[in-house]
Amino acid sequence: MPANLRELRDRKASVSTIKKLTRAMELIAASRIVKAQQRAQAAGPYARELTRAVSAVATFSNVDHPLTTEKENPRRAAVLLITSDRGQAGAYSANVIREGERLNQLLREEEKQIVPYITGRKGIAYYAFRQREIAQSWAGESDNPSFAQAREVADALIEAFLTPTEEGGVDEIHIVFTRFVSMLTQRTDVIRLLPLEVVEGEEAPAADDVLPLYEFEPSAEEVLDGLLPKYVASRIHFCMLQAAASELANRQRAMKSATDNAQDLIEKLTRDLNQARQAQITQEISEIVGGASALADANAGSE
Amino acid sequence: MADESAKHLEVALVAAERTVWQGQARIVIARTTDGDVGILPGHAPLLGLLQGGTVQVRTVDDEYFVAAAPDGFISVANDRVSILAENAEMGHDIDLEEARRELDQALATGTDSTVDADELRLAEARVRAAEQTS
Repeated sequence: MPANLRELRDRKASVSTIKKLTRAMELIAASRIVKAQQRAQAAGPYARELTRAVSAVATFSNVDHPLTTEKENPRRAAVLLITSDRGQAGAYSANVIREGERLNQLLREEEKQIVPYITGRKGIAYYAFRQREIAQSWAGESDNPSFAQAREVADALIEAFLTPTEEGGVDEIHIVFTRFVSMLTQRTDVIRLLPLEVVEGEEAPAADDVLPLYEFEPSAEEVLDGLLPKYVASRIHFCMLQAAASELANRQRAMKSATDNAQDLIEKLTRDLNQARQAQITQEISEIVGGASALADANAGSE
Repeated sequence: MADESAKHLEVALVAAERTVWQGQARIVIARTTDGDVGILPGHAPLLGLLQGGTVQVRTVDDEYFVAAAPDGFISVANDRVSILAENAEMGHDIDLEEARRELDQALATGTDSTVDADELRLAEARVRAAEQTS
């Protein structure tokens, strides 16, 4: 019994430590979500202005750009998975990876070859463990993505897109990421990045409206040339920021339930501990009583 | 012409991760690939790529400032001016000495790769903006 008592005490102590740990992680995640949301908000104006400008060019000029042109008979598709660098976030990365597998399946059925691009160590580890080839990967900033990294990813993807298919280029690019809907809801989502669909047009000009005449300096083609890569980078940055906020929300939730579980376990262990201690005391008393009465019997017999 | 004083430009100088400056201005002067362009209220819609990396703004309060906006672009429509640049910065926020040092470094590295060339342009724009401010 004493060994059991000590064992229970040790387990309780270790569970308490774990609880403190998960609680700290929960609080850290909670405070970082606010920051992540602020960052997402701060990046909003840039994305908004850029979208406005791109749709202005697209609406008020008829320029075809390689990045917006659908390729006939697409055969190779790039898939960018945005996963987390660290675990302890529930099923966050697993969900993204699963969604990615589903997309891969779909693309394979359309007889397209898949070229994976990955951000986040979790996704990289998943692919590396299965010895699948990764075209390119980035890691280290999943919960605090900088624009510089988004730009790097965008440059790599655009380059792959502009390379002819025969030379290892790709015909379309998809992104799998987690959209931050609210603190409670995060949805795994797939969007097609390239070829671009510029949909959010400025108020569509009516047929008899006189179109505002945009001046382009130097020319519509060159402006579009300069704008679209920025637009792609901004879209990727947006996805990464959403993913970062989702990752933190998932982590907070996972750590909250871990803390709750630890608390339950502590309560159960405390009860077991008390019971074991009480059992020990009862046993000791009965031993004493038993000993005393045996002694009394012996004395009574000798007299 | 009577309400000339009421006319102004709504200017937003936006970097990738934050809005650097937002306010009303009388005139914005930017250098596009075709040369300097001054924008006054009532300007025709314009989309242009910036070159040289600096933008000059005179606000309605008659303040004057220069901002570094390397590799950015400018869009004008309905008296709204948006200047977008990944690394936009206000001229008076830049430490001239430090910017010069960075420029020297960038020049020493050369322009072999696109990354180096980007860095050089950024450094140049920052020095220019800081110089024009002071």
